[in-house]
Amino acid sequence: MAENVVVGDDAVDLSRRKFLTTATVATGAVGAVFAAVPFIASWSPSERAKALGAPSELDVSKIEPGQMAIITWRRQPIYIVRRTPEMIEHLKGHDDLLKDKDSDSSDQPDYAKNLYRARLPDVLVLIGTCTHLGCLPKQRFEAASAEMGAYWPGGFFCPCHGSRFDLSGRVFNGSPASVNLRVPPYEFPSPLKLVVGVDETHKGAA
Amino acid sequence: MAAVHGPQGSNPPERKGFYGWLNKRLPIDNFISSQLTGYYAPKNFNIWYFFGSLALLVLVLQLATGIFLTMFYKPGEATSFDSVEFIMREVNFGWLIRYLHSTGASAFFIVVYLHMFRAFLYGSYRAPRELLWIFGMLVYLALMAEAFMGYVLPWGNMSFWGAQVIVNLFSTIPAVGPPLVEWIRGDYGIADATLNRFFSLHVVAVPLALLLLVMLHLVALHETGSNNPDGIEIKKKLGPDGNPLDGIPFHPYYTVKDIFGVGVFFVLFTIVVFFVPTFGGLFLEGPNFEPANPMSTPEHIAPVWYFTPYYAILRAVPNQRMGALLMALAVMAFFLMPWLDRSPVKSIRYKPFISKLALAVFAISFISLGYLGLQPAEGTYVLLARIFSLLYFLFFIGMPFYSKWGTPKPVPERVTYHAH
Repeated sequence: MAENVVVGDDAVDLSRRKFLTTATVATGAVGAVFAAVPFIASWSPSERAKALGAPSELDVSKIEPGQMAIITWRRQPIYIVRRTPEMIEHLKGHDDLLKDKDSDSSDQPDYAKNLYRARLPDVLVLIGTCTHLGCLPKQRFEAASAEMGAYWPGGFFCPCHGSRFDLSGRVFNGSPASVNLRVPPYEFPSPLKLVVGVDETHKGAA
Repeated sequence: MAAVHGPQGSNPPERKGFYGWLNKRLPIDNFISSQLTGYYAPKNFNIWYFFGSLALLVLVLQLATGIFLTMFYKPGEATSFDSVEFIMREVNFGWLIRYLHSTGASAFFIVVYLHMFRAFLYGSYRAPRELLWIFGMLVYLALMAEAFMGYVLPWGNMSFWGAQVIVNLFSTIPAVGPPLVEWIRGDYGIADATLNRFFSLHVVAVPLALLLLVMLHLVALHETGSNNPDGIEIKKKLGPDGNPLDGIPFHPYYTVKDIFGVGVFFVLFTIVVFFVPTFGGLFLEGPNFEPANPMSTPEHIAPVWYFTPYYAILRAVPNQRMGALLMALAVMAFFLMPWLDRSPVKSIRYKPFISKLALAVFAISFISLGYLGLQPAEGTYVLLARIFSLLYFLFFIGMPFYSKWGTPKPVPERVTYHAH
């Protein structure tokens, strides 16, 4: 056993001790933050989830004008509507009833920030989950129907909390949803062949 | 061994034999005498004081039944729904264990809401019990997380859409919302990854947090001592033995009282378990008896009854971000109670009429919002939800002012107690 060594000056240097304590705690805290990174990162979508989120395709010519098709992309339903000339006409004339008529605070690619909220006026592509809390809005395409009222220009109605959207997915005043239905990235590599999940800025999966 | 009746609160007598050996190594007698036989509780407790011990009972019941359910349940998109059906139809007494667990969830909230209302009645949240109240509120938050994630596990269609709606609430947070939601889900929608992490949190992480918080709640309680229906401190009037004159030892007096409460509770509880386990769609909702379907929303999404007051507030607000914010504030407002109440007296018994009225209006608003949250969000229901949401928040916002209005009745020196 080592003998007790009597140090000449055995006074405790408190400022030195305080510095060492603070430095130790700080180093430990930084270490804890780094150690937390893998655990927190483990919650982000896995490689498999990303691969399953690859683009989805559809031949739009198979949809009759005035009808809607639903495909899935990243587990979300994608609504694709072939709008008829009457439907396109019905997009005008109710601007004062809309919360965000120019889609300024809504989520869509730049090429869909227009009246049609689409690349092509006759093909509407929307993420079919309500921007309120994610339910699936139902199609109510008939204008001025008895159910929706005389003002109704045709559009979508969410059965969960009553949000209403027009045929461009723009939300009406009085709906709990604050913004328009979202538009996913998409492109047409050849006429009427729709690919959802890819465009100028989004390249393929993830 | 002869029964030992030492003076309560003093040092326990020397023990012999194995028990004595044990006591030298583990403070059993010390714990019993300081926390049970020597822990003095006010002698004027009434029926409202059953619900704390009942909450503890339900916690144990949920842990026990949960452990057994975990032995048969298989988390996963492909297996969850079927394994719950397997438990219900093929595991011996599986139906009973699951119904005990599902009924226990609702029973938990019933006793906790009554327990919280007791604190509102008698000012139990006020100094020196602020921290006790905050631990209690943290238990309530953990309980809400536990119940929500538990409801997702059977992977019925209401599980799925409930998870969708609740997780999407986080997307309303400015800037970080959408990536945060993706991180919570671990996928681009509510998926297998979401279900599995909810399972882990539901059976491991949150129960551990709950146990820790309940322990802190009890330690804080035993430090300050219980409040009572008169809202006066019994520690201010001590007898010659140093114990409160208006206190009686927790054991045997309140252990016996609580056991009686347990008996009554189990009668009511088992009636529900055996005869009305779904409780008319309130405890277990109809749409959850079909498997999760991301392509089909149930006609009407409503959470289980214990969340509906907050859900009604969420839907009452036309703006989504404001709705989510007010919903969160509706829960968080409880935390501020110790500092909002400025009344010179604690107990409702001595508060002036205006404070009694405010509490009555709040209780009616909470229950009405609970009803409205179960109804579709349209027409009169929305209007009523807005009125009651307003009253709900006025109760908290106005409290620093109205709690000082009027003249309280004189508070007695000693607790009000009539021997039976």
